[in-house]
Amino acid sequence: MSSLAVRKAAPAAGTTPGTAQGPPLRRRIALVPTLTLLLGAIYTLLPVAWVVIASTKSGSELFSTFTFLPGSGFTQNLKDLNAYRDGIYWQWMLNSGLYAGLGALVSTCVSAFTGYALATYRFRGREAIFNVLLAGVLMPPVILAIPQYLLLAKANLTDSYLSVLLPQILAPYGVYLSRIYAAAAVPTDVVEAGRMDGASEWRIFTRIALPMMIPGMVTVFLFQFVAIWNNFLLPYIMLSNDERFPLTLGLYTLLMQGANTPALYTLVITGAFLAVLPLIALFLVIQRFWSLDLLSGAVKS
Amino acid sequence: MSSTAGRRSYGVKGAPYAFLVPAAILFALFFALPIGYAVWLSFRKVHVSGLGLGAGARSEVWAGLENYRDALTDNEFYDGALRVLGYGCIVVPVMLGLALLFALMLDSERVRLAPFTRLAIFLPYAIPGVVAALLWGFLYLPDVSPFYYVLDRLHLPQPNLLDGGPLYLALSNIAVWGGTGFNMIVIYTSLRAIPAEVYEAAKLDGASPLQTALKIKIPMVAPSLVLTFFFSIIATLQVFNEPTTLKPLTNSVNTTWSPLMKVYVDAFAKGDIYSAAAEATLIALATLMLSFGFLRAANRRNRQEAAG
Repeated sequence: MSSLAVRKAAPAAGTTPGTAQGPPLRRRIALVPTLTLLLGAIYTLLPVAWVVIASTKSGSELFSTFTFLPGSGFTQNLKDLNAYRDGIYWQWMLNSGLYAGLGALVSTCVSAFTGYALATYRFRGREAIFNVLLAGVLMPPVILAIPQYLLLAKANLTDSYLSVLLPQILAPYGVYLSRIYAAAAVPTDVVEAGRMDGASEWRIFTRIALPMMIPGMVTVFLFQFVAIWNNFLLPYIMLSNDERFPLTLGLYTLLMQGANTPALYTLVITGAFLAVLPLIALFLVIQRFWSLDLLSGAVKS
Repeated sequence: MSSTAGRRSYGVKGAPYAFLVPAAILFALFFALPIGYAVWLSFRKVHVSGLGLGAGARSEVWAGLENYRDALTDNEFYDGALRVLGYGCIVVPVMLGLALLFALMLDSERVRLAPFTRLAIFLPYAIPGVVAALLWGFLYLPDVSPFYYVLDRLHLPQPNLLDGGPLYLALSNIAVWGGTGFNMIVIYTSLRAIPAEVYEAAKLDGASPLQTALKIKIPMVAPSLVLTFFFSIIATLQVFNEPTTLKPLTNSVNTTWSPLMKVYVDAFAKGDIYSAAAEATLIALATLMLSFGFLRAANRRNRQEAAG
C-alpha cells in the first residue's frame, strides 16, 4: 500500500517531460483513463439502471413510454409480485439465502481445513491432492450435475434442499484461495511455538491459525456465497418442486411463462430488480472493510 | 516448512490427513463417483427385447464405443460445438481486452473516480447470469429497448439482435458484461504488485504512459493474463445459462444451441442418459485437452523468455 502511494504521488510533484505540454487541467486529471473508466461504468450500470426504472412502470407504461422515464406502477408491481402464487417469490428469495448462506458457511469451513493442511504441513501426496482438487475447476458443471442427479436419485435425495446444498460444498477455487491465505497469514514459527507448548494440532488450528486466517476466509465465504446465489444449472437439474427453487430458477420459470403473456413481464422485471438488490447491498457494505483485490488471491495489500 | 517439526513431535504425522478428510469425502461422493458413473454410463445402452412391454423387456447392456460414434457423427452436436467456437472467438478477446484496458487505466497516474468506476465495472459479477441474460434480453427487445428508441428517432436501420449473426453479438455481450469486472480485478491486482523501482528507469528515459504500459506493464502481468485467458476459455466452453434464458424471448436459440444444452436435452427431455453421458465425456475430454495444451504452451513460452 505504501509503495503504491509513493508511486502515485511522485509524478504529481515533479514535471515529467511526457505530460508537460498539456493544459493545466490535463496535468492534474488524466482525461483518457478517467473517461475510459467512466464509459466502462456506464456500460455496466446501464442494464441495472434500466431494471430499476423499468420496475417502476405499469404493464402498459412498459411498452408505451420512453425506457428511461420512471413510471407510476412500482407499488402495484410489488403487490402483484406479492400476490403471485401466494407470494412464492419471497420463498425463492429465502431459499436462495439459505442455499448461499448455509452452503457458503460449510464450504468455507471445509476450504479452511483443506487449505490449512496443504499450506502448513509437509506430507506425502500433498501436491497430488492439491492438483486433483483443483482439476475440479475444469469439470463442466453439467457433466457433474447429470450423474450427480442420477446418483442422488438412487438415494432418493433429488428435489430436496440437500440435493442443491451438498454438491456445492467442495469448491476448488475456495481451496486454492484458502491455501494461499493460510500460507501467507500463518507463520510457521507460531505453529511451532504452539507445538512446543504441547498444544494439540486441532487446538493450534482453532486457537492460533484460524483467527489469523479470518480475513482470507471472509473472501472465500463471499466468493462461495456469490457462486451459490448465482447458480442456476444445479437447481435447474435437481429440483422440480417450485417451493424449493432459488431466485434464479424461479425467475427463469416466470420468464418462461411470461414469454406468451406479456402481462407477466412486469413481474419478471420487478423480480429481477429485487433479486439483484441483496448482493449489491452486500458488496457496498462489505467493501468498507474488505478489498476486492483479495478475490484474486492478493495477500500483500 | 514444518518437516523438522514432523520428526520432533508425535501425532503430527496423521494431522494433515485428518484435516483433509471432509474434502476427501466430498470429492469422492460429488466429483469422483459422478465422473466415474458418467464414464460407465457412456459405454452402456438400453436393449429392448420383443415389443418392449412387461418387466425385464428393457435391460441395460454393454454398448462399447457406439454412443461415442453416434455423438461424433451427430450434426446437432457438431453444429453446437461450432456455434460455441464462434461465440468464444468473440467473448474471450473482447472481454480480456477490455479487462486489461480498464486495469491499465485504473493503474495510471492522476486518474479520477477510480474507486467508483472500479466497483461499477465489477458490479455485474454479483448479478446471476440468468438475471443478466434476462436484463439484456429485455434490452434487445424492440418494444422495450432504449437502443431501438434511439435508432428509431435517428431513422437508422434497426437490426434484429435476437437472430442470425447479431444473436452471437447479443449473447457475447452478456458474457463480456458479466465477466470483464472479475478479470479486471485479477489483472489490476498483479499490476499493483509491480515494484515502483521498475518504473524509475522508464521515467528517467522519458517513456510515455503508453510506452510504459506496452513495454513494462503488460509483459509484467503476462502470468495473470494467461490465468484469466485459461479460465475464460473454460467458462466459454461451458456456456449454458445465457442461451437457455434467452430462449423464451426468441425462436433463434434452439434447445441444442450449445453442446451442453444438447447434453441436457438428451438426458432429461429425451431420457437417453447414455448418449448424454458420452457427449458429456467428450466435452470434458476436449476441455482437459485444451487446458493442458494451453498450459504447456504458456509454460514453454515462459521458459523461453526466462532463458533468452
